[in-house]
Amino acid sequence: MKRRKVDLKALPGKTAQEVDTRLPVATPLRGMLNKVFPDHWSFLLGEIALFSFIILLLTGTFLALFFEPSLQEVHYDGSYIPLQGVQMSRAYETALDLSFDVRGGLIMRQMHHWAALLFMAAIVVHMFRIFMTGAFRKPRELNWIIGLSMFWLGFTEGFAGYSLPDDALSGTGLRIASAIMLSIPVIGSWVTTSLFGGEFPGEIILSRLYILHVFLLPLILLALVSIHLGLVFIQKHTQWPGPGRTNNNVVGERFVPRYTIKQAGFFMLVFAVIALMGGLFQINPIWLFGPYEAAVVSAGSQPDWYVMFLDGSTRLMPAWDIRFLGYNIPPLFWPTVVLPGILTVLPMAYPWIEARWKKDKASHNLLQRPRDVPDRTGLAAMALAFYLVLTISGGNDIVADKFHISLNAMTWAGRIGLLILPPLAYYFARRLALGLQQHDREVLAHGVETGIIKRLPDGRFVEVHQPLAAPDEHGHTDLPYVGWTVPKKMNRLGALGPAVRGFFRPIEQPAPPQQEEQPREEITSGKS
Amino acid sequence: MSDTNTQVRDAAGVDLDNPNLTRFDIVREGARRDGVEIVHYEAQYPPGSKGERRMTRIVAFFFLLTGIMSTLFVIAFIWWPWEYELGPHASKYYTPVLGLTLGLALVGVGLGILTWGKKLLPHEIAIQERHDGPSAPEEQKLTGNTLQFVGEEMGLGRRPVLKWSLLGLAPLGLAAAAVPIGALIKDPHHPDILFKTGFAGATPTNPIRLMHDDGTLVRPEHVSTGGQITVFPNIPGGASNHHADSPTLLIHLREDDAAKLNGQLYTINQGSTWSSFVAYSKICTHAGCPASLYEQQTNRLLCPCHQSQFLITDNARPIFGPATRSLPMLPISVDKEGYLVATGDYKVPVGPAFWEKD
Repeated sequence: MKRRKVDLKALPGKTAQEVDTRLPVATPLRGMLNKVFPDHWSFLLGEIALFSFIILLLTGTFLALFFEPSLQEVHYDGSYIPLQGVQMSRAYETALDLSFDVRGGLIMRQMHHWAALLFMAAIVVHMFRIFMTGAFRKPRELNWIIGLSMFWLGFTEGFAGYSLPDDALSGTGLRIASAIMLSIPVIGSWVTTSLFGGEFPGEIILSRLYILHVFLLPLILLALVSIHLGLVFIQKHTQWPGPGRTNNNVVGERFVPRYTIKQAGFFMLVFAVIALMGGLFQINPIWLFGPYEAAVVSAGSQPDWYVMFLDGSTRLMPAWDIRFLGYNIPPLFWPTVVLPGILTVLPMAYPWIEARWKKDKASHNLLQRPRDVPDRTGLAAMALAFYLVLTISGGNDIVADKFHISLNAMTWAGRIGLLILPPLAYYFARRLALGLQQHDREVLAHGVETGIIKRLPDGRFVEVHQPLAAPDEHGHTDLPYVGWTVPKKMNRLGALGPAVRGFFRPIEQPAPPQQEEQPREEITSGKS
Repeated sequence: MSDTNTQVRDAAGVDLDNPNLTRFDIVREGARRDGVEIVHYEAQYPPGSKGERRMTRIVAFFFLLTGIMSTLFVIAFIWWPWEYELGPHASKYYTPVLGLTLGLALVGVGLGILTWGKKLLPHEIAIQERHDGPSAPEEQKLTGNTLQFVGEEMGLGRRPVLKWSLLGLAPLGLAAAAVPIGALIKDPHHPDILFKTGFAGATPTNPIRLMHDDGTLVRPEHVSTGGQITVFPNIPGGASNHHADSPTLLIHLREDDAAKLNGQLYTINQGSTWSSFVAYSKICTHAGCPASLYEQQTNRLLCPCHQSQFLITDNARPIFGPATRSLPMLPISVDKEGYLVATGDYKVPVGPAFWEKD
């Protein structure tokens, strides 16, 4: 029998041809390999969210193999001795089992929780970058809206996950959530009893949160993530202005190999950080909190960080009750239902608001530096100040405790700060942006400060400037302002040479010392 | 960009079978046909140079690190003692060891890949033209007409009967909504769960005794003067989460404080205190947390969730924070056997406010 010889070297090519005869992919595949992506560190913030999401799916699937979202009452008899014999729900018991009786279960739980916090943090920082650089402008308004929706979906998803283990903190959080639902005018009580299947806590809420947490919300998030990335792909990524970069091109690296490889490496690093945090830093030690009991709470109960701004708004809200004709709107309604509503609708409409405000209906593919749009930068600072006051107020009891401040003073400071700090932040950020812009323009006109002081014949002292181009008779250069980095130091111009590289010892050999000290040439160019 | 140059080459076409073409020439031609101009492509280290060999060694080192750390991870995962023991024990380090080995393994593969991609691959600058903006007017017209034609063919304008008959489909949507809504909906008023607690049914003649969370009954001497305890209705499951609205704070006031409270009782609270004992709902009227931090000196109850503060010598009136309503008072007394009892349910609904709650 004669064996057919297989030419291993020709195998990939042959396989590719076989595939292509059935599914002609050569042209679209090459288009994808060659697609150009611009590169900048700030474009990687969204990726952190994406990678955390993937890790959340992986660790979450593992946890689901062991967790049971049941409020059935059991007596604990697992390995954790301090809680043995305690009456608790099956959900809390299986969450304890995941921490003590499943090999590697604790690190998966902690990685899942850290990844969730990182997911939300990356979303917030990414969104801030998009806003500050104007990347939400036409034609990308839809992706901005999708991103905002994903923030609130992630928020809900995180809250549902936080509620599942049925420990003391999650039960308290759930009770507040039920109070928030109760506060909705007209339908509040109906919505609450319908969701909880009766009065809080009922028997069914964990099963409902579970299907939300492991199926519905991740599915919607996954769909939105796909659309989000698909739109970035189709509309092509924005880029910073700079040499050769126009509104009509993309300057960068091709998708394969460099861009893909960098993404893969970055994914592994995000994964590494989450693994290290999951292993080394304890998070949500539910065995210390105990099972949820309606009558028990401890001081210093804080939600996960991304919920803290709403906790803060709730704490700062004055006790304003609206009552009429036997009905009432509790004060809880404004900071927890109305405020999030405003915080959703206003940013979603912002791309159109700004287009009208600035009378700018054009498509933009070039980003703007924060300093080049002082009004928007001011708004961003204002939003940030508002958010930070709320977030700090979400932990104002901890601040009061650690710094020995009166708790009531902290609340009042938050109330006043919430009104005063945002306008101040707007003013200062706007002035800062204008100042930075002004300095860029100065350097473009006069050149870089050299640090060399020259005495003029009439006795005046002036600093010598290094012009960035050939100056006119007044020593001015007429360089256009393009909204990109302007060199501010002489070593940026190569005048001082790079610093010697190397950590323990220089990597490069220093130049051999010159035999004779040559007289330095005096810098004479530039007058002012 | 060399637009004219591109045009010329396009016209001439690059002969892909030309044996003189390098593979990079073909790659560049492929990119060009995709509208991508590779304008700069330069190795960062000359092939065979010292720098290149150094970078290669670094990549290899990182991958080796990953190999070692992954192996250690698997070894630790299997053999490190992991089952919980009280006190200091090696099992306490199980999770940190897993995290450290897994994390370093991933750091190795991540940095290895990054060094490979960023240092060993040539640096490149490629330029791709964008093709955004609207479609060509002709295209818009063709597509628009196609869609309009579909609309006309459906003939809703010409066939008014069809238009009206579409309304007949509306109940289908209703049917779709009816199932989930109808199954989920729960009337909060029948039974009247929001207005009643575990003390419902208690009357002066047929009171419900108070109990501790372990089920033992409560006598006045269980609470020292100035102290407070949490009590529950002595009914089946009274201390469990099935009666999450029933936890009650039983406070033994000092004589002067009791006199002060009894002197300014709200009408609704008249007759609800017993001797110098008063019982308030523990469920905060703001968001439902247990308002359980009792400051004996100032007679304040603080809710740790949102810092509402209630003055217990004045009907548990809110005096700071976001709460607007007093904590409801439970009418209490002592029965013949000397146990504390509730002589009725709370007279106003306990817990957070809602629309129908006056």
